[in-house]
Amino acid sequence: MGPSGGGKTTLLQIVAGLLEPDGGQVSVEGATAAKERLARCALMPQRDLLLPWRTALDNAGIALENRGVSRAEARKRTKPLFERFGLARFEHVRPEQLSGGMRQRVSFLRTLMAEKDVLLLDEPFGALDSITRAEMQYWLVRAMDEVPRTVLLVTHDVEEALLLSRLVVVLSSRPGRVVRILEVDHLAGGSRREIVTSPGFVSLKEQALEALES
Amino acid sequence: MTRATQEAPARGKTREPDVTSKSARSRAFLWNYGPAIAITLAAIGLWELIVRLANVPEYLIPTPSEVAADFGSDWPVLEPSLLVTLREIALGFAISVIAGIGLAVLLHLSPTTRRAVYPILIGSQTIPIIVLAPILVIIFGYGILPKLIIVALICFFPIVVNGIDGLRSVDDDLIRMMLTLNGTRWSIFRRVEFPAALPSIFSGMRIAATFAAIGAVFGEWSGSNQGLGYVMLAATPNLLTARIFAAIVLLTVVALGLFGLVSLLERVLVPWAPRGGQAP
Repeated sequence: MGPSGGGKTTLLQIVAGLLEPDGGQVSVEGATAAKERLARCALMPQRDLLLPWRTALDNAGIALENRGVSRAEARKRTKPLFERFGLARFEHVRPEQLSGGMRQRVSFLRTLMAEKDVLLLDEPFGALDSITRAEMQYWLVRAMDEVPRTVLLVTHDVEEALLLSRLVVVLSSRPGRVVRILEVDHLAGGSRREIVTSPGFVSLKEQALEALES
Repeated sequence: MTRATQEAPARGKTREPDVTSKSARSRAFLWNYGPAIAITLAAIGLWELIVRLANVPEYLIPTPSEVAADFGSDWPVLEPSLLVTLREIALGFAISVIAGIGLAVLLHLSPTTRRAVYPILIGSQTIPIIVLAPILVIIFGYGILPKLIIVALICFFPIVVNGIDGLRSVDDDLIRMMLTLNGTRWSIFRRVEFPAALPSIFSGMRIAATFAAIGAVFGEWSGSNQGLGYVMLAATPNLLTARIFAAIVLLTVVALGLFGLVSLLERVLVPWAPRGGQAP
């Protein structure tokens, strides 16, 4: 978590193996070469970037097709996830007919279907209104319970970071340096309102905001 | 999951309402083409009026009604010529589309080839086809081949240039995303770059469609014994001016038809393309 312009997106691209760091080394499950990192990471970009010429289902299954799976087989494997993740009956709809929240869900499923060990989410809900964003955060937590993966999520929203993560690394603005690492493991349970107003959450939020100000 | 599924039933079946109804469609047609049709009709009316009032002889400038009458009397001459020219246009255009898209893809996939060929391609366009046409006739004779080459040469350039631009202008973020989704060079080209370039390729094809008739007529003028261009050439010394105008009308119809065909094909193949309400 960190302010805009701190290099969060660049960091994700470095982790993903799309860029090389100027100095130091990035290790993803032991892999340090860019190509090997790329093989282990799937990136969900800030914008949903759904392909307008593909239906929602075919957008979500594109990683399978890229690996040489036939389109029919990719559809067969992607469809169950549509049902599980609240997109049933939207399989054959074109992206422009989906709401912002649903587009983001399709985009997330597409990332998931790459079947990589590590998911890199770049401000996945930044473009959504606050109500939809809250819904999507809840949705993501549930989705991650069903298909557990290592997720590296980047955001500038303190609450989002605390609600979705076990470990929050606070970055300073330019140049982006680590100013604080917070463990959030104990927050599970209760409604969003209960969590957000609990003393533990409030204190973590304060610490995070304080780290940002310093 | 319950919360997540709640918004599902409301949407989904709301596909473009209303536009499919017949009255809405004809209204849209009028809105799109009505003004152009009105201006054309007005111009034809004015032409008829002025030529009649000024008593211009038919061999100088025929009235639109005389041109229309010529279609009746000259149809036995015009019809076979139309078919000849139509064939030249259709085949030449088809060749230019295949060669144009093929070259655009090749130059896009191989930057080395692009650096080697693209400047030459641009340079070649500064050679006026007008000077090439007689040479082609000398080499290939009076048959259909030199016409096809001329039509293809004229049409192919806008397709290549638009094709390359379309292929290159794909969002970098899309390509990065594909790379993390197991995307290979080929799958990125096939699933992202080529579909993304289609609207641009089609605008190149629409421009080319308007050039095709010019190319065919020009090829015929340089050496032929049939076709609408030849009919015009043969009619000139005989002052059969109405026949020349009739040939021009036919060429215009063919060019418009080709343009319409390309637009129709685009509608079918690229239904996602952003499209204004007007004819381009």
